[in-house]
Amino acid sequence: MGLNRKDLLGVKDLTVDEIRLILETAGPMKDIIGRQIKKVPTLRGKTVINLFYEPSTRTRTSFELAGKYMSADTINISTSTSSVVKGETLKDTAKTLEVMGADVVVIRHAAAGAPHILSKHLSAAVINAGDGFHEHPTQALLDMFTIKEKKGSISGLKVAIVGDILHSRVARSNIWGLTKMGAEVRVVGPSTLIPPEVEKLGVTTFTSLEEGLRDTDVIMVLRIQLERQQKGLFPTIREYARHYGVTAERVRLARPDALVMHPGPINRGVEIAPEVADGIQAVINEQVTNGVAVRMALLYLLAGGGNPHEAIS
Amino acid sequence: MKLLVKGGKIIDPANNFSKAADILVVGGKISAVGQNLCADGAEIIDAQGKLVCPGFIDMHVHLREPGLEAKETIASGTRAAARGGFTGVACMPNTKPVVDSQALVEFIKSRAAAQGVVNVYPIGAITKGSAGGELAEIGDMKLAGAVAVSDDGHPVTNSQVMRLAMEYTKMFDLPVISHCEDLDLVADGVMNEGYYSTVYGLKGISRAAEEVMVARDIMLAELTGARLHIAHISTAGSVELVRMAKKKGLKVSAEATPHHFALTDEVVGSYDTSTKVNPPLRGTDDVKAVKEGLRDGTIDVIATDHAPHAVEEKDVEYNYAPFGIVGLETAVGLAFRELVNPGILSIEELVRKMSCSPARILGLNKGHLGVGADADITLIDPDRQEIIDVNKFASKGKNSPFGGWKLTGLPVATIVGGRVVMRDRELVL
Ligand SMILES: [Zn+2]
Repeated sequence: MGLNRKDLLGVKDLTVDEIRLILETAGPMKDIIGRQIKKVPTLRGKTVINLFYEPSTRTRTSFELAGKYMSADTINISTSTSSVVKGETLKDTAKTLEVMGADVVVIRHAAAGAPHILSKHLSAAVINAGDGFHEHPTQALLDMFTIKEKKGSISGLKVAIVGDILHSRVARSNIWGLTKMGAEVRVVGPSTLIPPEVEKLGVTTFTSLEEGLRDTDVIMVLRIQLERQQKGLFPTIREYARHYGVTAERVRLARPDALVMHPGPINRGVEIAPEVADGIQAVINEQVTNGVAVRMALLYLLAGGGNPHEAIS
Repeated sequence: MKLLVKGGKIIDPANNFSKAADILVVGGKISAVGQNLCADGAEIIDAQGKLVCPGFIDMHVHLREPGLEAKETIASGTRAAARGGFTGVACMPNTKPVVDSQALVEFIKSRAAAQGVVNVYPIGAITKGSAGGELAEIGDMKLAGAVAVSDDGHPVTNSQVMRLAMEYTKMFDLPVISHCEDLDLVADGVMNEGYYSTVYGLKGISRAAEEVMVARDIMLAELTGARLHIAHISTAGSVELVRMAKKKGLKVSAEATPHHFALTDEVVGSYDTSTKVNPPLRGTDDVKAVKEGLRDGTIDVIATDHAPHAVEEKDVEYNYAPFGIVGLETAVGLAFRELVNPGILSIEELVRKMSCSPARILGLNKGHLGVGADADITLIDPDRQEIIDVNKFASKGKNSPFGGWKLTGLPVATIVGGRVVMRDRELVL
């Protein structure tokens, strides 16, 4: 069976069964990536458009590879080359893509809700690749895939998400996903970077990194945007690093087998110490590989449907 | 020209009159109120089963003319008013150019006389260009017919400027209408700050952004003795501040919009930009407090903050859309749905808030139906039902989150100076 939905706009709307299906489908996809010849014909004749209104080499490349490994025709449209700069509205862009007959449109946009607008005007599947501070569902799914792969199960794990929760779509999508899958989620950061009423999402808030990390199974470190300091949300990068930098010493407060994750790109020495980013507990590179697998699974489930094992046979 | 409004129930709280009676209009004025009036050759309005109210006045409307005619004009905006049961509107000065001089007040008055279908009362700017610096020529604007001053949409940040504005305006007995928002606190927020801003990933606007300015302006009103009117009050804290100010006997009044008592911030989740408004839609507790403020008299007026925008301006990402909801054509129905039908306000109290109080605050000899009064009359059918269709709006703006809502209790005739401009939900022009 495929996913019984047109779009993936957020993890908030996914059921536990849907999350399971996506993660289970990503497993065989990962096997394809490990092969000598990384190509299956599953999405031959399908067109995947990566519509990126924000620069993101990492996510765009991941989607592009995912499409190519499955033989889809992938096209990248980014702000510098599209008519966006000429002032075309998102609605008109959507209508154009509709006429062009795209099967899947992957959108990254600085404004929350942009994928929802696109979805309204497109019969193609829309995948949210990050919208404002709202959601980044494929990142959360790849994070959950990574955790599940390493830990066997997500249920019952203690996960600390550390950093700028307020402006993080990665944090929001992970909070929805991890709590649905039965994890105990903590958010850790300075009080100026904690969103209002975040506890209602089913998480516990910590402003002390030491307390937040204690006995956790997973440490998810978020990238800190340097512009947040300029907006006065914390005094200096130096002070942020001192209080919220994930150092080797602090990692020892977590469980000895705790995973250290980061969605990238990393500010070494700011939110994460180099020895932690490169340490044995870090799974940051595997997150990247798993990202391609999870995106293959999603392209397949939204554009292809059918049995995933058939897909790779 | 004679007009006989026959068989309705007259709701005239200013004269303490609530009973079935006819109204005879001659030469634009009410010439008789009584049982079984008859008049040869008079046009008859059958008001059987209807409420006959003094003409409703919306004291917070953006007519957009001059300069922003793609959004609305005096012609289209006053037609929307007539369709919504309003016989008069006070229009905000944030046009292009800003209405900050006698000439511009005169322009609006002459354009309204030529093309308007309801009474138009211009509001002048507090500061030149609403830039928050030097005072506008408030005395001249008063002479030209301005009924209040406001820098709506561009709140006066400098407290000393606001203080001087209040002291100066006091001489002319004009109210200062304050759009209370601390712009530094608002920053680039687009919705109410709270659980839903967290979930929807949109930047929040705290309640404090409004309340610190409400508090400041109340203190300045106390200092200066000026008449202060708080526009579109949206938070429980603001309601409480106004309640305290009134208890102290200050000359402070306040208005609330239908969208602020009919909707909460939860609806923003559709990313439908017709829910984007300033101040933002708030939480359940705020809606409750606004309703309680209306009930206990803390909030004097229901005004719409009718803020039309061109369709293409609103048809964009939530962050990029302009703030504003059109309100003229849904206000009465929403007030019935949220306030009258649930028993929060009696029909008399509703008429006070939509007619008598705005007239009093703006210094207009309106809002009553005694003999000799201007024949500005709003007829309401409390049983009339309609499903809101934004495409039927007379306003150019279709930016309403109420499309598809079924409302019960609607205006069925609007009479301005004895002339019927709306009848049976259709404009008569
Ligand atoms: Zn305003």
